[in-house]
Amino acid sequence: MRFFRESWIFLIVSVSIYIILKAFFAFNVISPYIQQICLYAVIVALTSLGLNVIYGYTGQFSLGHAAFYGIGAYTSAYLTKVLSIDGVIPFIPVLVFCGLVSGLVGYLIGIPILRLRDDFLAIATLGFGTLVRVFLDNSDKFAESLGGSRGFVGIPRITNLELVFFFLIFVIIITRNLIHSRYGLFWRCIKDDELAATSVGINTANMKLMAFTYGCMLAGIGGALYANLYSFLHPSNFDILRSIDFLIIVIIGGMGSIMGTIYASIIWVGFIEGLRIVLPAQVLDMRWVVIPILLIALMIWRPYGLMSKRRKV
Amino acid sequence: MDILGYVLQQGINGLQLGAVYALIALGYTMVYGVLRLINFAHGDIFMLGAFVAYFLIAKFGIPIYLVFIITMLACAIAGYLIEKIAYKPLRDAPKISLLITAVGVSLFLEYFLSLNAIFTPNYIAFPRPFDVKGYDLAVFTITNVQVLIFIITFISLFLLYLLIYRTNYGRAMRAVSHDKETAALMGIGIDGIISFTFIVGASLAGVGGILYSIAYPQINVFMGIMPGIKSFIAAVLGGIGIIHGAVIGGLIIGICEVFVSAFLSSTFRDGVIFIILFGVLLFKPSGIFGKRIEKV
Repeated sequence: MRFFRESWIFLIVSVSIYIILKAFFAFNVISPYIQQICLYAVIVALTSLGLNVIYGYTGQFSLGHAAFYGIGAYTSAYLTKVLSIDGVIPFIPVLVFCGLVSGLVGYLIGIPILRLRDDFLAIATLGFGTLVRVFLDNSDKFAESLGGSRGFVGIPRITNLELVFFFLIFVIIITRNLIHSRYGLFWRCIKDDELAATSVGINTANMKLMAFTYGCMLAGIGGALYANLYSFLHPSNFDILRSIDFLIIVIIGGMGSIMGTIYASIIWVGFIEGLRIVLPAQVLDMRWVVIPILLIALMIWRPYGLMSKRRKV
Repeated sequence: MDILGYVLQQGINGLQLGAVYALIALGYTMVYGVLRLINFAHGDIFMLGAFVAYFLIAKFGIPIYLVFIITMLACAIAGYLIEKIAYKPLRDAPKISLLITAVGVSLFLEYFLSLNAIFTPNYIAFPRPFDVKGYDLAVFTITNVQVLIFIITFISLFLLYLLIYRTNYGRAMRAVSHDKETAALMGIGIDGIISFTFIVGASLAGVGGILYSIAYPQINVFMGIMPGIKSFIAAVLGGIGIIHGAVIGGLIIGICEVFVSAFLSSTFRDGVIFIILFGVLLFKPSGIFGKRIEKV
């Protein structure tokens, strides 16, 4: 029963947040720039949730999440431009399709590399991320409109509050149900002890692949929403530093915590984008000096994430 | 120039790049041996070496042999401090925490040094301590920079060989990388050996940084990222934890990179290196010289 009561509370809270945001947007309480940042925060939350499933719940360390985000973004940008889509309703199938493309790529790349563990998986996903970056940099050699290292311009702006909000709520519910299903249980088993998971008959290879594909799918949807929010894409938006952004969000939010990831994404985007308005440019550079120090301190002080419960090793 | 001469010429250029990669890869492979950690900050120590050398040459005009010694010392201190401050408190933590810390250290070094008050994020021209001269050897030409790189690399490798296979420190290091617990039972101070490994690796990376910036005279705070990752791939290719494997791996990666740039397109060179990585990880994860198949 608690499970369902929590669902109701969750729905009521999210609907009220939506109404408040909608009112803010409609009456121009906040400037269009901040509106854009709000939408961006939701997109980051969606994408980080994908990484949390891969890393936080299943324990597969990925440094290439931005690559799947980029695949989704470029697919969506290309499709919406070629098919000249400019409404929300025809955009939804494109979004789903972009998620499927990213998921498929994640599936295909996951078959070989998910056999690797820990740091070798990290270096392999990092390698995949760099490969995607190289491909995007040279993409104008395959199709002129992809823009290559000059960037992809002229993407229709479709993403709006309803769309990102609906998708986030939808994805949170699906992810929560998945985590509480038997598959979610298998994922958490694999994270805690892969050998023991194998020994009780869990098909670890398939389960890891499933979590990875699902996470990449979310990244693809997030990327698609991103592309049609900013209407400009550049390969440098999808390099390793962006992957590290998502990783930091998952770590701050606590590995294996859905709501933690959401809060962390909002705090993170607020911190990175919000400080841009408040602070002068010289102090602004200090952000990236402070963040790694905090990250190192966090790892020493609480190696399982800020909002996670302290566990016995 | 006929095609054979061109290939030989590119081979020499590849060896030049590969020698630098080999010097960096040694640090990765030794640290991985004793700590089972991919030290992401190693590429930034390489960058630090280039910057220290830049200041010594451009601002103080110190002769080149002193530049090498001071840079090695500076990098060794940096490596020692990084190990003591960031990695030592995490000796018993999960492996991934250690890896994230390494990423954090790397980001910190890059962004801290790119502050406008320190090195600035711009590209800086590296002053070569001597003019480049080419010697024509019938089929290909070799420059004095390349000769310097080959000689310095050879001396470094020879000294490292003596250190690892002919001294007690080296024997202790090999013992720790073979089996940490048993080595501790034999009375080896693990922490001291780990610090020592970081010091040796960091000074080699410093030498690599000087040589790299003499060969490609443009330095930048973020210059360490790609050479660092490629050198790690070189270490994996040769068999991680194996000293001579890192050297051979570095040379192979360097030659591959130059050949791809020369015959295909320079924009594809990073891609090809990572395809090599996938090939190694999938078909022979223990690398060229790795004997036992380790679970990776």
